[in-house]
Amino acid sequence: MGLGRTFAVALVGLDGYLVEVEADISQSLPAFVLLGLPDASLNEAKDRIKSAAKNAGIPLSRRKITVNLVPASLPKKGSGFDLSILIAALQASGDVRPSGRTVFLAELGLDGRLRPVRGVLPAVMAAVRHGCADVVVAGANAAEARLVPGARIRSFATLAEVLLDFGADPGQLLLPSGGQATAELQESVPPPALPEPDMADVAGQVEARTALEIAAAGGHHMVMVGPPGAGKTMLAERLPGILPDLPDHQAMEVTAIHSLSRTVGQLTQLIRRPPFESPHHSATGAAIVGGGSGVPRPGAVSRAHRGVLFLDEAPEFDRSVLDALRQPLESGSLVIHRASGSASYPARFQLVMAANPCPCGMSGGKGLECVCSPNQRRRYLGRLSRPLVDRIDLQLTMQRISLADIAAGDAAESSSKVAARVHAARAAQRERLARWGLDVNAEAGAALLKKELKPPRQATADLDRAMDLQVLTGRGYSRVLRVAWTVADLRGLPSPDRDCVGTALAFRQQVKAA
Amino acid sequence: MLGRQGEELAAGFVEETGQQVVDRNWRGPAGELDIVALEGATVVVSEVKTRRNPDYGHPFEAITPAKVTRLQIIARQWLRAHGLATAELRIDAIAVLDDGTGQPVIERLKAIG
Repeated sequence: MGLGRTFAVALVGLDGYLVEVEADISQSLPAFVLLGLPDASLNEAKDRIKSAAKNAGIPLSRRKITVNLVPASLPKKGSGFDLSILIAALQASGDVRPSGRTVFLAELGLDGRLRPVRGVLPAVMAAVRHGCADVVVAGANAAEARLVPGARIRSFATLAEVLLDFGADPGQLLLPSGGQATAELQESVPPPALPEPDMADVAGQVEARTALEIAAAGGHHMVMVGPPGAGKTMLAERLPGILPDLPDHQAMEVTAIHSLSRTVGQLTQLIRRPPFESPHHSATGAAIVGGGSGVPRPGAVSRAHRGVLFLDEAPEFDRSVLDALRQPLESGSLVIHRASGSASYPARFQLVMAANPCPCGMSGGKGLECVCSPNQRRRYLGRLSRPLVDRIDLQLTMQRISLADIAAGDAAESSSKVAARVHAARAAQRERLARWGLDVNAEAGAALLKKELKPPRQATADLDRAMDLQVLTGRGYSRVLRVAWTVADLRGLPSPDRDCVGTALAFRQQVKAA
Repeated sequence: MLGRQGEELAAGFVEETGQQVVDRNWRGPAGELDIVALEGATVVVSEVKTRRNPDYGHPFEAITPAKVTRLQIIARQWLRAHGLATAELRIDAIAVLDDGTGQPVIERLKAIG
């Protein structure tokens, strides 16, 4: 009888904190007291733990068990502390040996099975960062936990097996028969990944295809305005397909976010492909930026981290929702505050918006079929706020495809060909921008573009004239330059020439925002 | 009468451990005390719970905080009834596990209230 001590991890957003679980058994009437800011779901742990221990063959002590989660000031939630609390309690009663700095991350079933928990990847990352490389997880979480470099993961299907490993009396334990463990394994088989849609499916729209390629190569945000059926959605869905694979550290960030937001136990490998998030326009602010009760959970912008956030029918979104995108667009991360704490999530995404030119969608070109009033037409795109549109480098209007485009559709390039050019362009950018710690042209600031990255004067002649005629603002000037650099990278040029700048200018068909 | 047997065993246990039993099954206005004993100058009131097996929970689990509060009230009543109102008082819990096959197991928790 005495004191037991184990470790667990509390996640606040993506940040994991090491939590020390102390258990003390005192000679008083049976009771189970849980201290240290547990939420309702964590308080339910008491009853799960009692049943699980009994059904594993080693019931809890019939005395007063006091469990303290340190630091007490950190809010803790969820079921991931079950196993660490139980092991600490059994250490206190002398049933298992001390576990040192081993971290335990699993929920317990009443039958004594270990159940997977959410956010195992960021939790294991935090454990390793705090010098606790030994982690015990449920079988269904094992593959995800093993993704963390430097972690020594041990996974078990049942509590009895964990206790056996920590020196419990095998005579007392009720070890499961083989059938139970295999059932657990079958649960964790991930669904096969769907193939990414291919650029070859898009007929015509040469201009938009080029814009998409530039967006992919330079990491530029993009807005497409066009009538229904022009292929805006089709194109946007094909953007992730031409983006390069995520490098290790980015893949880790992305997988960590998805570990928090997906159904438990689905992740078995690093997410290497840029994610694609396409929230419906009825989405609330909390759904987009993150939220929920207690410590807020990641929203669509964070799930789109290092990938694409596609807002179809962008003007239909609540204006407050659209404006909430400005902070992450600027800083690449966001901090969400709620009553019980704040959480910060990364949100460095590529924004792609699609919009109809007016509510009925027909006002493009001559607009003869349009049934909207001039006022409606003017107001529609005005819903996209000026500060938001200002941050979008590529703005283009699209027309419906013609019969000729469909006939010529066979010739459309496949995603793999475009991706190869994007890959080369990215490599060129990395080489040039590494000095300033940047990855892609979209991140280049105005100051950089005016000095170190200023193209030759003859290349920017058209641009300078536009500036003189006051059809282009200072901010617009920088945007055109950024795109021009990407065009040059795609063409394999050392710096943009007059033609590159011309192409970039063509993709500034200003979306009229208010 | 499992409860009776348990109290009998507990009384023996209490005597063995150096207490002097002075009253058994005293019924006061608020309820009954199982065993009242003296340990030096301290009056020790023991609440005895007996079970054949722990399938329905450990005997100690049947002693709720409300029960402990009631025991304190009854114990005070006992003290007053015997002119010992200022005496030192302690309340213990005794669990008797007797599966009828041989050695019953007796556990004691001191000073529960």
